[in-house]
Amino acid sequence: MADKIFRVNMTDLTTSLEEIPADWAGHGGRGLTSTIIAAEVPPTCHPLGPNNKLVIAPGLLSGTAASNSGRISCGAKSPLTGTIKESNAGGTSAQALAKMGCKALIIEGQPKDDIWYSLHVTSEGVTIEKEEELIGKGNFAVVEALEKRNSESVGVITIGQCGEMLMSAANISIKDPDSHFRSCGRGGLGAVMGSKKIKSIALDAGDNNVDIADKDAFKAANKIFTKALVDHPVSQALGTYGSNVLVNIINESGGFPTKNFSLGQFEGHEKISGETMHDIIVERGGKPTHACHKGCVIKCSQIFNDIKGKYKTSGMEYESIWAMGADCTVDNLDDIAEMDSIMDDIGIDSIETAVAFAVAMEGGALDFGDSKEMIRVLKDEIARGTALGRTIGNGAGHVGRTYGVARVPVVKNQGIPAYDPRAIKGIGITYATSTQGADHTMGYTIATEILGVGGTADPLSKEGQVELSRNLQIATAAIDSTGMCLFIAFAALDDGTCLPALIDMLNARFGIELTTDDVTNLGMSILKTEHAFNKAAGFTNLDDRLPEFFATEPIPPHNAVWDFTGEEIDTFWNF
Amino acid sequence: MQVQLKLFAFFREGRFIKEDRELTEGTSAGEVVDSLDIDREEVGVLMLNSRHCDFDTILQEGDTYAIFPVIGGG
Repeated sequence: MADKIFRVNMTDLTTSLEEIPADWAGHGGRGLTSTIIAAEVPPTCHPLGPNNKLVIAPGLLSGTAASNSGRISCGAKSPLTGTIKESNAGGTSAQALAKMGCKALIIEGQPKDDIWYSLHVTSEGVTIEKEEELIGKGNFAVVEALEKRNSESVGVITIGQCGEMLMSAANISIKDPDSHFRSCGRGGLGAVMGSKKIKSIALDAGDNNVDIADKDAFKAANKIFTKALVDHPVSQALGTYGSNVLVNIINESGGFPTKNFSLGQFEGHEKISGETMHDIIVERGGKPTHACHKGCVIKCSQIFNDIKGKYKTSGMEYESIWAMGADCTVDNLDDIAEMDSIMDDIGIDSIETAVAFAVAMEGGALDFGDSKEMIRVLKDEIARGTALGRTIGNGAGHVGRTYGVARVPVVKNQGIPAYDPRAIKGIGITYATSTQGADHTMGYTIATEILGVGGTADPLSKEGQVELSRNLQIATAAIDSTGMCLFIAFAALDDGTCLPALIDMLNARFGIELTTDDVTNLGMSILKTEHAFNKAAGFTNLDDRLPEFFATEPIPPHNAVWDFTGEEIDTFWNF
Repeated sequence: MQVQLKLFAFFREGRFIKEDRELTEGTSAGEVVDSLDIDREEVGVLMLNSRHCDFDTILQEGDTYAIFPVIGGG
C-alpha cells in the first residue's frame, strides 16, 4: 500500500488523498511537519487564523517492529511562541497513522461558523463529522466515548477544554495503550487544533501494516538496536525510576530551579524524587515501569495510584514534577499527581502551566507552596476559562506581563524547563537558540554536562557549550524525524552499534542507502528550514537570548550567572 | 575528618540515603566508593560540594560527597 498525504480542509469541509511530493518523500516526523509548515504556511500568519495549518505525522520508522519507534509529531506555527513548532509524544497514534498509509495528516482552513467537528481516519481517508456530545468535555470522556463509537483499540488524538478555549498552553493529547494520555505538550498546538474547530481525531488502522523493503535486514538491525537500548544502564535506570530520577542529581548540581528560578536547590527535593516516587508506586500496587507505546523497551513511564490504590496518573515526568514541585515550592507528590491528572484531562502543558503558576506566585496571585490552591485554580478557573484561568492558561510570559513580574523565565515566550542555565551553562545555549523557544529536549546538553553521557563538559564553564548544543540539536532534529523516542539517545551516544543499526533499519524499511553523514545533513537541514521560517516570521538574533535576570542575578549555591555574550550565542548558527 | 555521604537510586539498597562518616585524612573519593562495596564500573556521577569530581579527588573536612549510578532522563 503506497503512503499518501491525507489533507483536510476545514473551510470547505473537504478531504483528499494526495501523492507524496518528491521533496517530502525522505521526511517523517518533525522533518516532515517542519518541511510542510515551511512550504505551506505564511510565516506572518496569525497562528489561530485560517492560514495556519496543523500537520500530524508519524516518524519514518513508526508502525514497524523497530523498538521505541512510536512517536507522533504535531507541527504548526505556535500561538505561544510565534515560531515554527513541533511537539511529539508516544501513545498509539503514530503506529495507527503509519499502518493506514498516512504519511502526514494536513489540516488547513477554518470553519466560518461556530460548529465543532470530529475527524475519523482510516486507510481510505478522512471523514468529517459534526461534534456536539463531546464539546466542553475533558480528554478522558473523549476517549471513553470514541472507544464506544468505534472499538477499544481505536487511536485517539484529542483536545481538552483548554484547546477548545484556544489557550496558548493547550496541548494535544494522544491516547496510550491503557487509554490514558501522552502529551504533545509544548507550544499551544491544542489551540491550533481548537482554532480549526476539531475536538477529536479517531484513528482506525484496521488490519493494515507497514511495508518493509528488506525484511531480513530490518530484523537483524532491530536486534542489534534493541540490545544496545536494553543493555545501557540509563535505559535500566529510566525503567526503574522514570525520568524523575533526575530530581536528586539536578538538585545536587545546584541547578534545580526553585521558587520561580530564585534558588538552585529545593529543601523538599527528596519528597518529590524518583526514588520516593518509586517506593510510593510499589507500596500502592501501581507500576514503576510502563511503556507509553507498544514496542518501547525502555519503559520509563509509570502507573501512579492514589493512597487508596486507585489509578491517579501516568507519565509523571521530571520536568512536570520539577515545575509543580520545586518551581512552585510544593513538596507533596500526591498533590502533584492530582495536578498532573487534571492537566491530562483538561489538555494543558504541565511544564508551561506550572512555570506560569510560579510566576503568578511571584506576582502575588497565590502563595508559593499552596498546592491546594493550584488544584482549585486548575479545576475551577483554568478548566472554566475564567479571567484568572485564561491568564495562567496562556503561559508564563503572559502571567508575567499581567502581574508586572520581572523574573519571567521564558525564551520566545515559552517557559524555561527544569535546569537552571546559570549552573548548567550549556542548556542555556539550547534554550536561547532553539528554533522553538525554551525547550530542553531540542538539544539536551544535560546528558553531557551533568550525567557524563557522550563525554563530559563542565557545567559552570562556557567552554565547548555552543558546539555541544549545536551537535545535539542537529542529532535531535534527525532522531525526531524517525519516530524514535529521544531516550534512545543515551545508548546512541555511548554504544557504537546503536546509531548504525538505526540507519540500517531506515535503509531496510525504504530500500535506500543512507549514511551517518546523510543523517547529520538531515538534522542540519531541518534546523535551517525552521530557522528560515522564524526569520521570515520576524525573529532576529536578538530573540536568541535569555531573560536579563540570568545575567544579573547569581544563583546559590554556586552564585553563578549566565554570561554568554550575544556574539558568542550567535556563533551557534555557524554551520 | 567528617564528611557527609549521599547515595542515590539503587545504590541506596542495603546501604543508606545520607550518612555522616568519620574518614582518615587524605581519603580519596574512589576509596570511599570501594569501602561501600560499590563497583566502580557502576558509578555514573560523583559530586563533591555540588561539583563533579573523580575517583582521585581527595576529600576534605566538612565536604558533602554524592555518589550516583549511571542515570538519565530529559
